[in-house]
Order: sequence, then structure tokens, then C-alpha cells
Amino acid sequence: MNKYILYPGCSMESSARAYYDSLKAITDIIGLDLQEIEDWNCCGATEYLGIKLTPAYALISRNLALAAQQADGTRTVVAPCSACYLNLAKADYYMQEQPVLGQHVNEALAAGGLSYTPGSLDIRHLLDVLVYDVGLDTIKSKVVRPLTGLRVAPYLGCMVPRPDYEHRWSDYEYPVELDLLLNALGAEVIEFPLKTECCGGHMTQISPDTAFELIRRLVSAADAHQADLMATLCPMCQMNLDAYQSETNKYFGTSFRMPVIFFTQLMGLAFGLEAKDLGFGLELVSARNALAKIGIEHPAEVPAGTARPKKDGSLPMPAPLPPRNMPAEKGKVVK
Amino acid sequence: MQTLDQERASAPPKQIEDLSLLGEVSHRTAGVSRLEMCIQCGCCGGSCPSEADMDHTPRMLFAMLRAGMRHAALMSNTPWICVSCYHCVVRCPQNVHIADVMYTLKSMAIEAKLYQDSTAPDFSQTFVDMVEEYGRSFELGLATRHYLKHFPLRLPNMAPMGIGMLSKQRMSIMPTRIKGIAQLKAILKRAKEVEASS
Repeated sequence: MNKYILYPGCSMESSARAYYDSLKAITDIIGLDLQEIEDWNCCGATEYLGIKLTPAYALISRNLALAAQQADGTRTVVAPCSACYLNLAKADYYMQEQPVLGQHVNEALAAGGLSYTPGSLDIRHLLDVLVYDVGLDTIKSKVVRPLTGLRVAPYLGCMVPRPDYEHRWSDYEYPVELDLLLNALGAEVIEFPLKTECCGGHMTQISPDTAFELIRRLVSAADAHQADLMATLCPMCQMNLDAYQSETNKYFGTSFRMPVIFFTQLMGLAFGLEAKDLGFGLELVSARNALAKIGIEHPAEVPAGTARPKKDGSLPMPAPLPPRNMPAEKGKVVK
Repeated sequence: MQTLDQERASAPPKQIEDLSLLGEVSHRTAGVSRLEMCIQCGCCGGSCPSEADMDHTPRMLFAMLRAGMRHAALMSNTPWICVSCYHCVVRCPQNVHIADVMYTLKSMAIEAKLYQDSTAPDFSQTFVDMVEEYGRSFELGLATRHYLKHFPLRLPNMAPMGIGMLSKQRMSIMPTRIKGIAQLKAILKRAKEVEASS
């Protein structure tokens, strides 16, 4: 068993539940022992850094201090979320590069009875650990249901491959690790030129026009490459491309329906696990058709909202919630 | 650079001191920002996915900092439009920590209350308020407060998404509070004191 300290981050328990569920489902199979940091706090995402410097780094570093304190037989922290990974890595790196920052942070941590020596932990992303520690051969050896025929657009987003303080990836702008992993699962991996382009980040919340254009670029490129789905490793990317795809479609008058799935969900499928145990059905743009293509049954979907499904042929009514971009399968839910 | 000439010509002595602006921004940035090393090549703007929506490219903004144009630089929407994608950071031949400089400029703009649009500062502040209260982010609380104030007209379009997120339990109704919230609050309180005195 490879032992690691796990920093899940807030999204893994809410919007990216499918990511956490599927990760938990595959850890035993590939021999990963992940010990979650006890009582971790939010990393501040991309918000706190723009408000106040020392508190932002102190917020991040409480997690580092707890991780170092609780570490048992390992000094590696694994983060599956991009923003969490970058924040932890950034704090650790900058406190070494600029010792005065580390001093200030430690003054603050002392108020909570904690301390952290910068550089005493390794901060790594989940994909990094899977590809370089577990290894592609091991992963390949666990595949019992190759994803043959599934066209996947590998999508990493920004904050995992960049700025890459420790030079862990094959490239800043076109890294191949995710491609290799998906390939090991038997999927047909698309050469996806936008694989590290931005999903818009928090722009969906503060400057929607900027975000919609970035989402459109990604989804339309995956569509043009005839991808059955996009595989991602970032909760923010998944949220923006999945949950805001409908609003983006309305904004541009397009009708893309590109499922965006976490790569760990695909690993689970290839390892022979049931789709329902891997968080499938939680995506808003359903992956049902993509799974059907490779003969895998998609779990029954939670019906969205309380609205009664309309029968075909009913009178057209002014709809405050236009159904055009809602999941097409809504009316024919298999229970 | 007409604007710069005009500003220099009419600058009272106090504003001349703003030639330290570049150093101030650099000093307040985490790590070693290398902002002083910018050679004005423009790789940053050329790499930026949201440059079209910016008042100034990062290169222009850094020139303004060097010229001491405090008001114009802090009023620029550029740091708020930056999506933190780090394309410019890895392409910058001088290894300037551009994304982190943008964070510094945001915090300076908030401090000086200089911004054209309060949407982004409000969002960051609301997010931080939730984190300081619970130790975790609370998306439903954040989204509700933020959208009602800044995007009420988007709500009808967003309703299906919100309902989907709630019914699929991808958004919690209630916030989660960490056990060590008192410890976290003490740490953040001290951090703010350290920040104020440094």
C-alpha cells in the first residue's frame, strides 16, 4: 500500500461528490492508503488571496500544520482538487522562497497552538500520484472492462499543470499524463488541443460573459473532436463545464450536450465497478448516451426538481424554466 | 504615452513618491515577485484567455505601476478579469509571478476602495466571510447572497441548474462547521494583526 495524507477540500463533499465517491471506490483496488487530514479547513480557493495576504496563507497553512502533525509513515499530501493543490503547494513554496512569509504565518499559527516548517511536506496532485507512484502498469493490470470505443477528451484545466513549482509534469501546456492514464483504461483518447485552457474559474460568478466564452470554447472543441465525454480532474472545471453548460448554450444559442466526468469515475468503470457506485447520475449533462455506447448501464437519475414531467403533445405553455437545455432523458427516467 | 506625460506634468510632489508603487506592489506579493524584472515583452497579454475583457493587458498594467499611476492602476479591471490560469506565468521570460501580483493589486484596490464594479470584490469577501465563520466554503449561502445582490436577472436562467445541484445533493442546504473553528478564528485574527503591523 502506498500511504498518503489526503486533503479533500470542500468541493469533494458537495459539488464534486462524484469525484470523492469514485476515488474512495478505487483506492483499495490500486493500493492507495489515503488518510484524510482530521478537521481540515477550506483552502480559500482563489478568493482569499485577493483580500489579505497573511490571513490567506495562514488559512492554507493550518492544513499543512495539521497534516504534518498527523502524518504517520508518510510526508506526502495528496489533493484531488486543482485549486486546493495549487494553494497548498504555493504556500509551501513561497514560505521557503520568502522566509518572512513563513515567519508571519507561523506567528499566526502560534495563536492556535500550531506551527509548520515550510518544505517539510510534499504536496502532490492525485493524478501525479496515480501515474508516477501507482504506475500505469499497475492501473492497466486492474482493468477488467476496457473502455474500448469511448472517445474521451482529456481536460486538466489550469492549476494542476501550472505553475508547477516542483516540475512534476511532462509539460506546462500540453502534459500527457492524463492521456496516458485514460489510454491505459482502454479509452480512445482524443488529442485535445485545449486540454489546459481555462474553464473560466470563478468568472461564472462575477463576469459571466467572460466565463461563457471560455466554456463555449472548451465544449465546442470537445464536440468538434466528436468526444463522447470530457474527463477532468478538477471540481471547478467540472462545475463550470457541466452546471453552466445550459446557461452557456442559452447565451450563444447553441445546443451542446457534452458530459463532463471525473477521470476517477472512468477508472472505476474500467475496474469493473458499477456506475451507480461511482457518482454517475450526479452530472447535470447526463453521460447516459456515452456509457450506453460501451454497453454500460447508467444509474437511474435523481429527477431534477419537483416539476411534473409534461406529456408530449401538451399545450405549449410559457415556461419560466425553458426545458430546451435540460437533460433530454428527464422524461424517460428509468427507476 | 500621453496620459502618463500629462499625469507626470501635473503631479504634485506627493505623487512623485508614487515612483515607489512598483516596489510596494512587489513587496506585498507572496514569494519573490520579480515584478521589477518585467521587460515589457507582452508575452502575458498574448497568452491571456480573458485579455479581450481587460482594460489593460498585464504588460500595460505593469508599465503603469512603474510609472507610479496608482489611481489608474488600482481602478483597472485587469486583476479582476484575470482567471488565474497561469499561462502568462509559465511563459514570462523574466519569471514574474504575474498571477500573484494580480492578487496583490486586488487587495490594494479593496483597501483603497478603488474599483469600478463591486461584483468581484463582494464575491471574494462573501466567500471569505463564510470561510471565516464555518472553516469551510458554503456554496448555497454564497450563491444566494451573491446572485440576489448582483445577478437577480440571471436567476430564472439559473433555476434549473440550482434545482439540479440541490436535488442531486451537490450543494448542501446547511453549512458544515469545522471542530477547530475557534482555533481557526484565533489564527486568522493574529494573521490580520501581523499583516497590519508589517
